[in-house]
Amino acid sequence: MDRRVGRVAQGAIFWAILTGLAVFCLAPFLWQLLTSLKPTSEVGTLPPLLPTRPVFDHYLAIFQHRPFGRFILNSVIVASLTTVSCLSIGSLAAFAIAKLQFRGRHLLLFAALSISMFPSIATVSPLYLLIRVFGWRDTYAGLVVPYTTFALPLAIWILWSVFREIPDDLYLAALVDGCTPFQVFVRIFVPLAAPGIGTAAILVFIFAWNEFLYALTFTSTETMRTIPVAIALFPGLHEVPWGEMAAATVVVTTPLILLVFLFQRHIVSGLTAGSVKG
Amino acid sequence: MRGDRAFLMILPASLMIGVIAIFPIVHAFRISLDRRMPVFGISYFVGVDNYRFLLQDSRFWQSFLNTAYFSLLSVSLELITGLILAILLHRSFRGRGLFRALVLIPWAVPTVVSARMWEWILNSEFGVLNYLLQQIGLLSAPLNWLGDRTLAMFALILADVWKTSPFAAIILLAGLQMIPEELYEAARVDGAGEWQIFRRITAPLLLPFMVIALLFRTLDAFRIFDLAYVLTGGGPASTTESLSLYAYTLLFQTLQFGYGSTVAVATFLAVLLLSAVYIVVFRRQRHG
Repeated sequence: MDRRVGRVAQGAIFWAILTGLAVFCLAPFLWQLLTSLKPTSEVGTLPPLLPTRPVFDHYLAIFQHRPFGRFILNSVIVASLTTVSCLSIGSLAAFAIAKLQFRGRHLLLFAALSISMFPSIATVSPLYLLIRVFGWRDTYAGLVVPYTTFALPLAIWILWSVFREIPDDLYLAALVDGCTPFQVFVRIFVPLAAPGIGTAAILVFIFAWNEFLYALTFTSTETMRTIPVAIALFPGLHEVPWGEMAAATVVVTTPLILLVFLFQRHIVSGLTAGSVKG
Repeated sequence: MRGDRAFLMILPASLMIGVIAIFPIVHAFRISLDRRMPVFGISYFVGVDNYRFLLQDSRFWQSFLNTAYFSLLSVSLELITGLILAILLHRSFRGRGLFRALVLIPWAVPTVVSARMWEWILNSEFGVLNYLLQQIGLLSAPLNWLGDRTLAMFALILADVWKTSPFAAIILLAGLQMIPEELYEAARVDGAGEWQIFRRITAPLLLPFMVIALLFRTLDAFRIFDLAYVLTGGGPASTTESLSLYAYTLLFQTLQFGYGSTVAVATFLAVLLLSAVYIVVFRRQRHG
């Protein structure tokens, strides 16, 4: 009898702590959601905690009075291009490091690991000068190229650990059949590594979607802003328009929440491979 | 397996890392030896003068201490939160996938966005935190979270712990999953209590993962920029100004590319030193 009471109590404590932590994780987002649905007259008053009558004015405002559609488009383009270029370049390198014998392959892995530790602030001013030389200020290339570079370590480490698991025999057999290493890579390794590539794609996309310092520094016109820059520079002459701000943050966060729910398992395994398997 | 084509396959990655990452770092060192203010057409070599100035620059030391204090506190707190999360999420229960997804949300949200969310919660007039604390009787008057010297740093740490604990949790969860179940069974058969099992089995086997989480999180905390830029702007009175924020202000607001690069390079060296210390300690622990 005592043991059963003990077990029930343990279960109750477990669920209480877990629910508490989950609420802590979710609360800021929920509060933004509630705020975004309040009419302006209720945003600056407490109580009521809940909107007496939900309105969508703030959502309309950010798309009608501000170019929020444009910011989202910019972020989608930059993050997608980064993902595609990073995975093409990264998977080639990861395949070569995992399956081909050549001098200095560990050097490349080490270089990738070290650049992931660089503070962006130390590269931002020389990159700014470089980007001005290329005429890439206020262009997508000005963001995609640095993002690709700094997401490469993540992609290379994840894909390297995936390619390493694929047996060498497959590679040798295909070579005997007359494939070139590149053909083996495209026809055999890429399809086999598809789940790992998908995982890397999600992580690189989120990285590019969230990056702030380069986006802030390498763009100057409003129409080229990405979402984090738009949120950081949300205009307000005297005060931040909190209703609109809340709507904007909900719009930005919702796709990420969907990604997390759809790919939770892949994200966990990707982060684990990217940081632990070294 | 000979790699005649290997060169071509690693060329794009090597080029990008070389041109967009290594070259800029080297170039930052070079610029840090100049007095450079491009808008005024000023650019000349001053050698180590900037570094000599750096050593006497009280604002640099202040931002260094702020960064160290912030990193120490937020990383310790998020390792504890992460550990609790990992232990809870490691157990098997109904809806585990859902909870794992829920706690990942803060990790996925852009830092700038999380800063805005916390700025609103901590708002001194309309903030829900002050309201709730007053309702339950913990506060008699609203606190000015972001305007007070001590509280602003805590606000920054709170927002960072919220944002990054899931990452620590994932690393530690991976560690927990690698501990063989038989070890626990054997310990239970021998009559070990839960706390003993944690101390004798879980903690030592989890230690390498703790070190990895600690390394990644400390390096990240030491680079803090986005959160402080939006949430506190380095204020009040520079009490939450981080190294990256100070360097950014010098580079892009006062447009001192030379001295700004010196501060940025110092940040880089601090991070480099930190990772070297970790690697040495970790190696020793592994082999000793």
